[in-house]
Amino acid sequence: MREIHASVVTDAVKKLCIEANLELEPDVLRAFDRALARERSPAGRQVLEILKENAEVARTRRIPYCQDTGVVVCFVELGQDVHVVGGGLEAAINEGVRQGYREGYLRASMVRSPFDRVNTGDNTPAVIHVEVVEGATLRLMLMAKGGGCENRSKFRMLTPAEGLEGVKAWILECLRTAGPDACPPLIAGVGVGGTFEKAALLSKKALFRELGSPNPDPFLDALERELLERANRLGIGPQGYGGDTTALGIHILTYPCHITSLPVAVTIECHAHRHKEVTL
Amino acid sequence: MITLAPDGLKDVRPPLSDADVEQLKAGDRVRISGVLYTARDAAHARMRALLERGAPLPFDVRGQIIYYTGPSPARPGEVVGSIGPTTASRMDPYTPALLALGLKGTIGKGCRGPAVREALRRHKAVYFGAIGGAGAVLSRFVRALEIVAWEDLGTEAVRRLEVEGFPAIVINDCWGGDLYETGMREFAREEA
Repeated sequence: MREIHASVVTDAVKKLCIEANLELEPDVLRAFDRALARERSPAGRQVLEILKENAEVARTRRIPYCQDTGVVVCFVELGQDVHVVGGGLEAAINEGVRQGYREGYLRASMVRSPFDRVNTGDNTPAVIHVEVVEGATLRLMLMAKGGGCENRSKFRMLTPAEGLEGVKAWILECLRTAGPDACPPLIAGVGVGGTFEKAALLSKKALFRELGSPNPDPFLDALERELLERANRLGIGPQGYGGDTTALGIHILTYPCHITSLPVAVTIECHAHRHKEVTL
Repeated sequence: MITLAPDGLKDVRPPLSDADVEQLKAGDRVRISGVLYTARDAAHARMRALLERGAPLPFDVRGQIIYYTGPSPARPGEVVGSIGPTTASRMDPYTPALLALGLKGTIGKGCRGPAVREALRRHKAVYFGAIGGAGAVLSRFVRALEIVAWEDLGTEAVRRLEVEGFPAIVINDCWGGDLYETGMREFAREEA
């Protein structure tokens, strides 16, 4: 049994929170360049250039890429041969969020209750999903998830008769209705199968795959490519000003499901796709 | 005041009159200089409560522009942190009443609903888009910031900004023009 001290988790989460908000990952920057190579709209091209500049300003001047520094969504893959000592795992993650958001001058965006709406002041708590896996490592996958795009995420329970074509139409409908509100160019994380909650979880987790990388499943890879092509024919474009770049990627994860069901969840992510991970 | 600059952009300086607003068309690129007020969800809810009991608002909205934003905290020595727009449609339930009082502009991102678009026509006002998610770049245009009301709301407090050359684009003008509709129609090749 390998021991990992809770303070090590806290320090790692703190660093991930700050770096995610100040330094966009290379996969997103490369996606901007790919989009610029094909975007025909002058307004769209200008937006993409400004987004690249924004990433540079954020990195060099240590100002968050977006003022909405997000709700922290943290997927944990906890090796079953790891023993976290010196405190609870979830408390350690939240302490990392607290320190990271205060010391990094990041915005506190969490309210303590959906009804009284009083800000917690330090962006805690994070939304944490823990999965126990084989091995002796602890993997932290962290996303600073923007609220504007999250508000456009959707779920639908399709029927098996609606099938593949129904799933395609629903994903495109989600992107179309997200439209200018969700800060396009967008990324869609899609979960198909499982149950109501399983599909939603998969749709978030799908966003952690490197943008622009192929889906390891050849069928899903072809489906993602077709949907991305069609999404970029919707015309919404960067910021909704019209153009060829409505989406930067569509990432799909699937899971077996009941004979009656065809659940599809779509998490809408904006171009401020702030994701970082570390393995302890 | 609106002036057309040699580079084709329109310079916008509040307070704005009906005649100023009439010169702005969907798709116009503008630079805004002068005073902006920030307010988003929580501040709008409080402003509505004040209006319902006939109390004055924290600032006189006549001729002014509200920027829908909740900035991130400033580092020591900086004026402001990141300061990009939030989704405007969440303010739709509150906007027509403010436009009726003489508010002339709002800045945000994303579509406005039919009631707001109609109120923009009726009261001669304009909705500008700023680039969502470009908060680091947009912070460069903010010269000064002070909290005007409701500091307890944190990032959602009402702030008075002084901006210089703040870049925006006209999304909805007072003539019914809508950049999102025309822009998307021009490039759409797929029905969803």
